[in-house]
Amino acid sequence: MHPIGEKYLRKSALPTLFCPGCGHGTVLNAFLRAVDRMGIFERLGLVSGIGCSSWVPVFVDTDVIHALHGRALAVATGLKIANPGRTVVVFSGDGDCMGIGGNHLIHAARRNIDLTVLMLDNGIYGMTGGQVAPTTPTDAKTQTTPYGNPEPSFDACGLAAAAGATHVARYTVARPRALIQGIEAAIRHEGFSFVHVISQCPTQAGRYIYNLTRPAEHLRLIQERSIGARAAAKLTPEEREAKIVTGVLHESTGRPEFIRQLARVKEAAKA
Amino acid sequence: MKKRIRRIVIDPAACKGCHICIDQCPQHVFDVSADRSPKGYAMPHPARVADCTACLTCELICPDLAVTVEVSEDAT
Repeated sequence: MHPIGEKYLRKSALPTLFCPGCGHGTVLNAFLRAVDRMGIFERLGLVSGIGCSSWVPVFVDTDVIHALHGRALAVATGLKIANPGRTVVVFSGDGDCMGIGGNHLIHAARRNIDLTVLMLDNGIYGMTGGQVAPTTPTDAKTQTTPYGNPEPSFDACGLAAAAGATHVARYTVARPRALIQGIEAAIRHEGFSFVHVISQCPTQAGRYIYNLTRPAEHLRLIQERSIGARAAAKLTPEEREAKIVTGVLHESTGRPEFIRQLARVKEAAKA
Repeated sequence: MKKRIRRIVIDPAACKGCHICIDQCPQHVFDVSADRSPKGYAMPHPARVADCTACLTCELICPDLAVTVEVSEDAT
């Protein structure tokens, strides 16, 4: 085990339950490095919902709430209000965050509460056996769409930005250095930070959507499709559609943060 | 100051044999080991440590934190 794992991981829970080559492990790796750099381990509060992605914080030897499916953000909002000194990070999957938890996401973003959401997107419901998810590409064959997915996929970052998130970024596990820096920037940002992390699922998405058997091939596919936001600005919308645009996609500072707003309400009530 | 690689350690208890490190290494340092880990996975074997430039890609991308590149920084 790498020294960073020795330092921060919950030994009794190891090995991780991720399939060999699952990108979620790389997110865990990157998250630990970002936390180590920032020196905020002692005040972390991690919240997750249900799904493969939501197991990521369970392996971190700190305070973790493994909440109901889709309700990670509701629980995290409560935790942050009760204990504003905590650095609250939410780990959620594409199904957890875009599917069942979509409503919680838009309202947490609207409030601009100081949370960091890492949405780990593998484009499929992995844990339950490879069913179609809101983020599955159109025409993709999954267990529940054997003749191709008739639906368009969700633009997660567009939704978060439109709902009012003040820091929206996308990274892939294929570029771990950018991911570490991105997680660090998202945690530092005061307000609602939404980080869309594209991750490989060799067991379900790799095998059924992309016809790839090796995790390394799936990772390489993500690597080849990803492009920086600045380079993507030069492409036509059609060309951009086929790419994974990475980097900070939206940032604004004008909106008030929810915990500060609540403090104002408390003062007004006392007066 | 030049970084010197002492060794590359793969933890047999953590490695799941996904071979992402083998594929991602820009210097092609790893081979697939003929030996199996206690769990039965075909682990990577750092066959060409002398070629390693300590870019740490394998360490950073490993989903199971199984790879450690041990570097000593000494003046050469």
